[in-house]
Amino acid sequence: MIRVILPAHLRTLAHLGSEVQLDIEGRATQRSVLDALEATYPMLCGTIRDHVTQQRRPYVRFFACEQDLSHEPPDAPLPDAVASGAEPFLILGAIAGG
Amino acid sequence: MSKVRVLVGTRKGAFVLESDAKRKQWDISGPHFAGWEIYHLKGSPADANRLYASQTSGWFGQLIQRSNDGGKMWEPVGNKFVYDGVPGTHQWYDGTPHPWEFKRVWHLEPSLTDPDTVYAGVEDAALFRSADGGQTWQELAGLRGHGSGPRWQPGAGGMCLHTVLLDPGDPGRIFIAISAAGAFRTDDGGTTWQPINRGLRSEHIPDPTAEVGHCVHRIAMHRSRPGVLFMQKHWDVMRSDDAGDSWHEVSGNLPTDFGFVIDVHAHEPDTVYVIPIKSDSEHYPPEGKLRVYRSRSGGNEWEALTKGLPQTNCYVNVLRDAMAVDSLDSCGVYFGTTGGQVYASADAGDSWAPIVRDLPAVLSVEVQTLP
Repeated sequence: MIRVILPAHLRTLAHLGSEVQLDIEGRATQRSVLDALEATYPMLCGTIRDHVTQQRRPYVRFFACEQDLSHEPPDAPLPDAVASGAEPFLILGAIAGG
Repeated sequence: MSKVRVLVGTRKGAFVLESDAKRKQWDISGPHFAGWEIYHLKGSPADANRLYASQTSGWFGQLIQRSNDGGKMWEPVGNKFVYDGVPGTHQWYDGTPHPWEFKRVWHLEPSLTDPDTVYAGVEDAALFRSADGGQTWQELAGLRGHGSGPRWQPGAGGMCLHTVLLDPGDPGRIFIAISAAGAFRTDDGGTTWQPINRGLRSEHIPDPTAEVGHCVHRIAMHRSRPGVLFMQKHWDVMRSDDAGDSWHEVSGNLPTDFGFVIDVHAHEPDTVYVIPIKSDSEHYPPEGKLRVYRSRSGGNEWEALTKGLPQTNCYVNVLRDAMAVDSLDSCGVYFGTTGGQVYASADAGDSWAPIVRDLPAVLSVEVQTLP
């Protein structure tokens, strides 16, 4: 079970509480987590990554275990603590705009 | 008794204002989609309770919201806008080729007859259509494929397709406008398009009378006379009497011929409204006086409408999608400002009052007249 924390605007959009719990088949990666998230909450499609290129939107960042994973390859394994559910996978809207 | 519903898109959410036909007391709901930019929201002429809204964010991209109850409840629908085929390039500000990239939906135009059909004008400029209530979107690619697309260039606000006019007398005819490519028309439902910019003159492009490259800010028509079009261009107020085949200037005695909005009285096809704005860089009313100008002769002769509008120290702007009219017997006229005011006149512009005055910057105003 993977725990995902979304930014407030996306929680509002998907009518979610503070944390989402997802079951992932196979290895936990950014791609598999986002695939599962979008399959469960299709209104999030296109808000975190581009519909076509599947690239992370520029002002969205991925943090976990006090690390910035935003620039990790989408198929790289997430930290064990995330895969086990001990630590959440954080999706953030970057602080920008003053 | 009739009612009026005003749909206001702002930099930080959408607002819905309702009044009875007297248009004195207004109930305000919102913000809907708080914190998001709402470029435009509009109701279906075929079903007044069906509304569409363009919700966008620099962080999370584009969403389309749909309401089936006049704006009380909303649901996100499809937000996948993919250009048809290989998108190619247009010109960037410096004249170099730049890939077509979807950024946002500027304008949503519901079909005149089918609540599930709606058009979306987007940046980078293209026209999309949905026939399933906004769930899926297909580009009408003949517009970008017209051949002049590689020469289109963005205006200061981006290369946006901001105006979509559906001809009430001819379902195959659609007019659109793009900053800064100009106006285009299809007569076959969107398969093929032609530029309709003959008569426009723009001194800020190398060939002032070029086929494309004109910064058209807005076009308006009266539904009883769809062959007559009125245009607010970056500079110049223009009129066409032949569905855009040719244009002539009707700026007349306006204090400045720059502005963004233009609209037509609901019952008088030759009564036209504009709000002159000082430019090129100031973008606020001349002399700090917020004045609507009305022509009752289809242009050239304009009168300033000032009663109830601030006539000192007013430095707001009125953006291109932020004026609309209702269709009550005494035509109501509405516009919103970047200062967050929405002004209304229940007497065709003779007098004005703010119906709300402290919203976020207003991006769009639409009006529905309800039975």
